[in-house]
Amino acid sequence: MSVRATARLRAEPDGRGGTALPVLESDGPLALRRTRSPLPGHARATVVGAMSAPLNGDRLTIEAEVADGAHLTVDAAAATVALPGARADGEPSTYAVHLRVGEGAALRWLPEQLVSAHGSDLRQSTRVELAPTARLLLREEQILGRHGEPTGALTTRLTVHRGGRPLLDQQLAYGPGAPGGWDGPAVLGGHRAVGQLLLADPSFEDAPLPARLFGPTAALTPLAGPAVLVTAVAADARLLRAVLNEAMRELLDGLKADHRQEVR
Amino acid sequence: MSRAALLVLADGRFPAGGHAHSGGAEPAVTQGRIRNADDLAAFCRGRLHTAGLTAAALAAAAAHGLDPLALDEAADARTPSPALRATARKLGRQMMRAARATWPSPELDALATARPRGAHQPVVLGLTARAAGLKSEDAAHWVAYETVSGPATAVVRLLSLDPFHATAVLARLAPELDDVAAQAAEAARRGIDALPAASAPLLDITAEAHAAWPVRLFAS
Amino acid sequence: MHLGHTHDGPAAVSADATRPDGTRRALRIGLGGPVGSGKTATVAALCRELRDRISIAVVTNDIYTQEDAAFLLRNAVLPPERIQAVETGACPHTAIRDDISANLEAVEDLEDAVGPLDLILVESGGDNLTATFSKGLVDAQVFVIDVAGGDDIPRKGGPGVTTADLLVINKTDLAPYVGSDLQRMARDAKEQRGELPVLFTSLTSAEGVGPVADWVRAQLAAWTA
Repeated sequence: MSVRATARLRAEPDGRGGTALPVLESDGPLALRRTRSPLPGHARATVVGAMSAPLNGDRLTIEAEVADGAHLTVDAAAATVALPGARADGEPSTYAVHLRVGEGAALRWLPEQLVSAHGSDLRQSTRVELAPTARLLLREEQILGRHGEPTGALTTRLTVHRGGRPLLDQQLAYGPGAPGGWDGPAVLGGHRAVGQLLLADPSFEDAPLPARLFGPTAALTPLAGPAVLVTAVAADARLLRAVLNEAMRELLDGLKADHRQEVR
Repeated sequence: MSRAALLVLADGRFPAGGHAHSGGAEPAVTQGRIRNADDLAAFCRGRLHTAGLTAAALAAAAAHGLDPLALDEAADARTPSPALRATARKLGRQMMRAARATWPSPELDALATARPRGAHQPVVLGLTARAAGLKSEDAAHWVAYETVSGPATAVVRLLSLDPFHATAVLARLAPELDDVAAQAAEAARRGIDALPAASAPLLDITAEAHAAWPVRLFAS
Repeated sequence: MHLGHTHDGPAAVSADATRPDGTRRALRIGLGGPVGSGKTATVAALCRELRDRISIAVVTNDIYTQEDAAFLLRNAVLPPERIQAVETGACPHTAIRDDISANLEAVEDLEDAVGPLDLILVESGGDNLTATFSKGLVDAQVFVIDVAGGDDIPRKGGPGVTTADLLVINKTDLAPYVGSDLQRMARDAKEQRGELPVLFTSLTSAEGVGPVADWVRAQLAAWTA
């Protein structure tokens, strides 16, 4: 029996310089827990995988809204593993994430890896609507197969609009049924871990970052709008996370430094 | 429509700057990911179904009559690499020059005025196809073919690959080129929100590395 | 709609002799020739000789990325904004003859950035004896060979030697050392070129690039007349 589940959360300023979570609705395998945020003024929620999901045929959705002026971090307790499920002829599963970030609001969307297990078939999509002054830090990682197994079928799409205009639109397709060449020298070149780190911040409007490389298989690229995207491929999840962490540290330190300069 | 017009436009000798670009093949050769005709085929196939499909759909949409400036913005969002955005606009500007000399049209003039430094090449190409009386699927075919013919020509120069083998690679890809063109045209008919955004991580990453090389044979 | 000579948008057609505002555009002179014959040194010397009186810019066409442009920059013959490098994808002759779009763009960019210009020198990448410039790109072309490349080059002919508006035979100071017969080169060149001019230069001598600079001045006078 396949599952349909929609988890929802909404962050609002609490009027005392912090952020409240008036909506925090778990559903089916998507369990949300309020957790303590190390960042001042930030609310934090953690997605706790209550059961293995998604299985082929499941339809999972998470909707998160960060109201004007609110600050939210969402992370996860464990990796999400797409699995084939009991029936061999199952439909693909879908995992849709809808994020809205208001004026002056900030969202850190930092889930754990998405692992495409052998035999699974998942269509993952993330749609983000940013207000013009919203800030976003978003990480996505796709791991093709658990240790030593061939990958399942995985497509992902990351679509980000800022003030209603397209900022980033990226589609990836891997595994059985994906168009040819996905594992070849133009796309993955045999790598099994792929990641994106997106940082959108209005301050990039006046001071865009230059492009730069993190080793031979990762690059930080300024988008046409005020945002940077780090794209990385790696042999495995650990190496991928290491390069994304390095890039994230550097980006956040850079922003902090900018902020200090403004204050002075 | 004139089928011959498509031959004129898709001819490798159409003077729109393509000869100086390898479509990402130069860094792939240098990094040892393309060493022979089989690797070239895998490279071309991957590029075709990712960046090629995305570009073909943009061109098909422009040929179909969708707003070229909105498509130019959609192309920006689909091109995270600034090196590749710069290349796309440079080639778009060169294509615009050739297009206005061969199939002049008020729509091309309007886009040239709105984007004097160049619009994304697939958008210009789609409008050019439209000016030449071609259909959106023709524009998609043109882009799909260019997506693979550029790297193939470059690899002949970079590896001294047997040109017969390189051309055979293109010939084997013909059915997939047809598929990609059909998909692209179908998406274009459904409107700008339906356009694919297929991307290739290594093409984006290595384009930035290549752009920083002090010595290279190809501009991209 | 005609392939316009004046229109509102950016220039679409290569050989227009006027700018969109109707004034006469810069004269474009191409310099081609085999590798090592002294094209870049000639361009550098011309810039030094002419830059005080006329507004000059240079477009280089390199085989490998931007080396010739880098040479001109290092030697500070012109401010960097007056030098543009075109990358040619291992085919320099294609970029100056068969598909001139990138070069035309470089010419336009220079006009936009530092114009109005009087003269744009377009230097080809070192290539073989058949490489010539498209008439859509340049108004006149100079072919530069040198005595060290063999005194039989003029006799062998080829489009560069026979049809260039000016043939420059460079490095005459080396003739005694490499056993090249200047008389013979002059005779063969005359045979191939008829009335088209030939100049012998040695950039290391006192006269240097002077005769070529005089020829360029004459071309400019005719262009603006």
